Amino acid sequence: MIHAHDIRVRVTAIEEVAPRTKRFRLQAVDSSHLPQFAGGAHITVALGDDDGALRNPYTLSGSPQDRVGYEITVLRAADSRGGSAFLHEQVVLGQEVSISAPINLFPINALGRRHVLLAGGIGITPFMPITEQLIDLSQKFELHYAMRSDGAAPYETLLRSRLGHRLHVYRSDLRERINLESLLEGQPLGTHLYVCGPERLIDGAINAGKALGWPGENIHFERFAGPPPGDPFEVRLAKSSKAIAVGQHQTLLEALERAGVEPPSLCRGGACGQCEIPVIKADGELLHYDHFLSEEARSSGRSIMTCVSRFKGRELVLDF
Amino acid sequence: MPTIPPSLYKSRPVYPGLSWIAGARRHLITADGEGALAVLELLNSADQETRNRAILLYTPGGSKQLGHGAKLAPLLPGACHEFPSIETLLFRLNVELTRANMSTRLYATGTEGFMGQVIALAQGHGVNPLSVKTEHRGSLARRVQCVHCKGFMDGVTTSIVACSHCGISLFVRDHYSRRLGAFQGVIVNAEVAEEIPAAEELYP
Ligand code: FES
Repeated sequence: MIHAHDIRVRVTAIEEVAPRTKRFRLQAVDSSHLPQFAGGAHITVALGDDDGALRNPYTLSGSPQDRVGYEITVLRAADSRGGSAFLHEQVVLGQEVSISAPINLFPINALGRRHVLLAGGIGITPFMPITEQLIDLSQKFELHYAMRSDGAAPYETLLRSRLGHRLHVYRSDLRERINLESLLEGQPLGTHLYVCGPERLIDGAINAGKALGWPGENIHFERFAGPPPGDPFEVRLAKSSKAIAVGQHQTLLEALERAGVEPPSLCRGGACGQCEIPVIKADGELLHYDHFLSEEARSSGRSIMTCVSRFKGRELVLDF
Repeated sequence: MPTIPPSLYKSRPVYPGLSWIAGARRHLITADGEGALAVLELLNSADQETRNRAILLYTPGGSKQLGHGAKLAPLLPGACHEFPSIETLLFRLNVELTRANMSTRLYATGTEGFMGQVIALAQGHGVNPLSVKTEHRGSLARRVQCVHCKGFMDGVTTSIVACSHCGISLFVRDHYSRRLGAFQGVIVNAEVAEEIPAAEELYP
């Protein structure tokens, strides 16, 4: 499904930057400048042979100064529902794809006095532009980068030369672990923490912050768990009176977009709350996979986050 | 006790009340006037360990003769500091904030003008206003900035007030500046300076 505001880009470089990890460079087909972005922003990429039936969010990992091309760095996920597999195996140099304009749900806080960045594996991507920006702004920061082994995660060498002593690497093959409490303890007032990586790392950082009395306002994180695949199901839309089939590897959101009803969305990762749609009837079980709805909201079954959540049962009717 | 009426202005802060922040290593509590009573309640609800981590900066303001400070001091031996004015309190607060780390959490209670100044100072140290615990106590008096001469006035209780710096009659708007910790005073009836409506006591 091509969206009105999509940008047509061409893949102008593909490079393997770590095992199972490729960097793609995207430039506008009409050679125009791309919209400006700040570190932490992501774009949505329309994927799949089938006219982009899948739309995945990918963090921009290139330089915010580069107006000619965007870069994304993609790990080939083992349990991929097709997005990263498609990029890794089907996309070739010169191919055209559609992307959205950048959206930033993980920006650095301009009023912060100091910034502690925490990355796990492929979670390093937003910190590539962010560190560049922090250096430009002469801000105080440190980057803590956890990875499996030497060379297992991208950009370590580049970051070493860019950051020097501000980079701290932790390798789990050497049994090096980030001690989150001691990392956060004693950080001066006005410090902000940014975490991107596996759930475990994010939850660990949030808990360590809480245990030390940190205000939630100073802890920022980006979860990049993709939407889980599941059984196909059907959804009926009350307002637009349409019946839509949601495929096994498709999200409810993608199915709605494909049907041309323009549902709202932003993060596409179950975090921002933008894609919430009220449920009129659910004769079956709502499978909530988001991080947005409260426990009560979930069990009330009054709404569903279409970007990640699914349905199992006889009939689902949405107020849309 | 007077309570702050809800405002249509988004800029107007809300003051949800004081409660202890779990995990904080140091509780930096600031209060003026009747805010002492909110601090008293807070301290009475705490165990010894929590109290050991607290430090209080207090200025009695208009409540001086009520002697609240004397009730607070025994609850925080060695950590209860009384100041003759908001300015002297803020000077000390600035020193405390310079030394503080992320496990130091800030509390402010008392008049709106006082809390506003504490929050504005803390913001300069990178503290998000939302992370400061606040509770309004005492007078609804406003701290007002004259938008014309930029002078500040504390303890304004009326809807219209003559600027103590430039003398212009000001209408006290509901518009609050978080950066300044003050409400805006705008010239009354700018066309005909002689026709000034009577001032009403709105913020007792
Ligand atoms: S788009 Fe953000 S929660 Fe669904």
